[in-house]
Amino acid sequence: MIRGSLFLCAVVSILTTLGIVIALLLETVVPLPGSSDASEPFFANVSVWQFFTDTQWTPNFGGEQQHFGILPLVCGTLLVAGIAALVGLPIGILSAVYLSEYASPRVRSIIKPVLELLAGIPSVVYGYFALTFITPYVLRPILQDGLGFTVDIYNALSPGVVVGVMILPMVCSLSEDALRAVPRSLREAGYALGSTKFDVSAKVVLPAAVSGIIASFLLAISRAIGETMAVAMAGSNVPRFTLNPLTGGQTMTSFIANMSMGETPIGSVEYKSLYAVGLCLFCITLIMNIVSQWVMRRYREAYQ
Amino acid sequence: MNAPAATARPADWLESGKREGWVFSTLCWLSTWSSVAILLVLLVAIVSQAWGWLDWQFLTSFDSQRFPDKAGILAGLWGSFWTILITILVSVPVGVGAAVHLEEFGRNDRLSRIIQVNLANLAGVPSIVYGILGLTAFSRMFGLFGEQGLIPISEINLLGWQIPIPFGKSVIAGALTLALMILPVIIVASQEALRAVPPSIRHAALALGATRWQMVRHQVLPAALPGIMTGVILAVSRAMGEAAPLILVGATTFVLYAPGDISSLADIRENPEGLLRAPFDSFTVMPIQIFNWAQQAKADFREHVAAAGIVVLLGMLLLLNATAIVVRNRSQKRMKY
Repeated sequence: MIRGSLFLCAVVSILTTLGIVIALLLETVVPLPGSSDASEPFFANVSVWQFFTDTQWTPNFGGEQQHFGILPLVCGTLLVAGIAALVGLPIGILSAVYLSEYASPRVRSIIKPVLELLAGIPSVVYGYFALTFITPYVLRPILQDGLGFTVDIYNALSPGVVVGVMILPMVCSLSEDALRAVPRSLREAGYALGSTKFDVSAKVVLPAAVSGIIASFLLAISRAIGETMAVAMAGSNVPRFTLNPLTGGQTMTSFIANMSMGETPIGSVEYKSLYAVGLCLFCITLIMNIVSQWVMRRYREAYQ
Repeated sequence: MNAPAATARPADWLESGKREGWVFSTLCWLSTWSSVAILLVLLVAIVSQAWGWLDWQFLTSFDSQRFPDKAGILAGLWGSFWTILITILVSVPVGVGAAVHLEEFGRNDRLSRIIQVNLANLAGVPSIVYGILGLTAFSRMFGLFGEQGLIPISEINLLGWQIPIPFGKSVIAGALTLALMILPVIIVASQEALRAVPPSIRHAALALGATRWQMVRHQVLPAALPGIMTGVILAVSRAMGEAAPLILVGATTFVLYAPGDISSLADIRENPEGLLRAPFDSFTVMPIQIFNWAQQAKADFREHVAAAGIVVLLGMLLLLNATAIVVRNRSQKRMKY
C-alpha cells in the first residue's frame, strides 16, 4: 500500500513528461477535442515547410498578410542567447578558474553566497533592471549619445546582458565542480616540470575539465534560450528577421507570453501557433540538454 | 605561443611568462568580483527607485489603474500566498515520496533508471513550456470537459464543495503547474539528502527487526529531513519568483481582490466559505504585478511602483532563504555521524 503510493509519486515525473509532449502535440499535430469551431491542428493549416522557411511572422494580420514563418522568432532568440553567452560564459569560466585555482577560502566564502543570490533573483527583477536601468542609463548614454547609434527602448542588448548575468552562476558552479574534480597529482606534475601557475591552470587543468565545461556551457545556453520574463519585459515585441542588437526582434518565449495574454480567441490559427512555437522551443532545449549530458558522459576523463 | 626563440635570452621568456600569468590572474579576479559589483548595482538601483514608495499603504491596498501613489501589492501578496500554499501541499509529499521510492525501494530497476534520466531532462525544460502544460492540462483539461467537450459537465459537487471543471484561470491551475515545475528540484534534493544518511543507520534498524518502511519512516526520513527542507525551501523560492508559467495559465495582470475575498484574518471569520472558494478564484501573484507595472506607460508605475513591488518580493525570498540557512546550520550542529 505504502510502496504503491510511493511508486505513484515517482511515476508523476514520467506523467509530467508525457503531459508536456501531449500538450504540445495537441493543437499542432492532433486537434484538441474541445476546440469546436476550427478544430484542425496548426500544421494542417500551415505546412511544416512554410513554418521553417518563411521569413515573416505575422500571426495577427488577416488573410494574405498572415505569415507563419518561425525564422524571425528563432533569429530573435539566437540574438539574445548569443549576447547572453558572450557575457555569461567568459565571466563564468574565468570566475570558476579563479575560485578553484586562485581564491583563498575566505574569498570563496564571500563569492559563493553572492553567486547563489544572483541565481536566486527572479527573472522579473532582471527584466526590470534591464528595462529601467541598463537601457536608459548604460546603453543609451554610451551607444546613442556617445557613438551616435539609435537604441530602441526595447532592444536585444539589454535583455541579452541580464540573461548573461542570470546564467553566470550556473556556468561558474558547474565548471568549478569540473575543475575541482581534476586530481591534484596533475597539477603537481605540472609544477614539477617548472610550469607557472598560469600554465598549470590554463594548459593542464582547463583541458582536463573540458567535458564538464562544455556541458555547463550547453546547459547555460539552453537556459538562455528558454528564459522568458526578462526578454518579454526588456526585449522587442516585434518579430524581426535581423541580427541588429540595438533593435532586436521578438523571441520565441516572448511571443508565447504575449500571445497568451492577448485577446486571441481559443481555437484560431493564431492561438494554435503558440503551441507550435512551444513545440519548437521544447525540442531545441531538449536536444541541447541531451547533448550536454552525452558530452559529459562521453568525454569524461576517468581519474583514479 | 611563447616558446622561447633561440635568440631570446632566458630572462625574456621568464618575464613574458610572468606577465602572461599576471594578465590571466587579473582577468580571473576581475570576472569573479564583477558578480559582486553586479549584485550591488542591481540592489542599489532597485532600492533607490523604491525609496519613499514602499510604505504601509503599498502593502495594504489593491492595485490602482491610474494613480501610482494609490497602487498596492495586496492582491499579489494574497495570490502568491494561496498559490505557494497549494504548490507546497502538492509538490512536497509527491516529491519526497518519489525520492524515497527511487532511493530506498526501487534502486536499480529499469523504471527507476528511466525516471532518473527523465528527471535530468525535465529539469532543463523552460518554465514557459510548463506554462503550456498547465494551460492545456489544468486550465483547459485537454478540452475534454465543458459544454463543447466530450464530457459535458462544468463542475463537480464534492460534499457541497463546488469544484469547477476545467479549472480555468484559477489559483489551483497555477499552483499545480508550479508544483510540476519544481518537482524535479525537490526530488533531486531529497535524493541527495537520503543518500547522505549513512548505511549503518539503515542496517541497525533492519537488524533490530524493523520493516523497510519502518526503517525509512522512523530512522532515515528524520535524519534526512534538514537536507530535504533546504531543498524544498530553495525550490519554493524559485516558484515564488516565477511568472512565465502563470501568465500562460491566466494569472490576470489587474486584480482588485484577494482569492476568495479574504484579505485579512477578520475576513475568515466573516466569510469562512471564502476559504473553500479561494483555490478556484482568479488571481494574480507578486511577480506578475511587477511585470504589469513595468509595462505601464506612466513613468511612476514603471520605475517606482515596480521597484517597490520588487523589494517586497525580494524581502519574502530573503526570509525564505534565511530560514533555509538556519535549518542547515542547526542540523549540522545536531547531527554528526
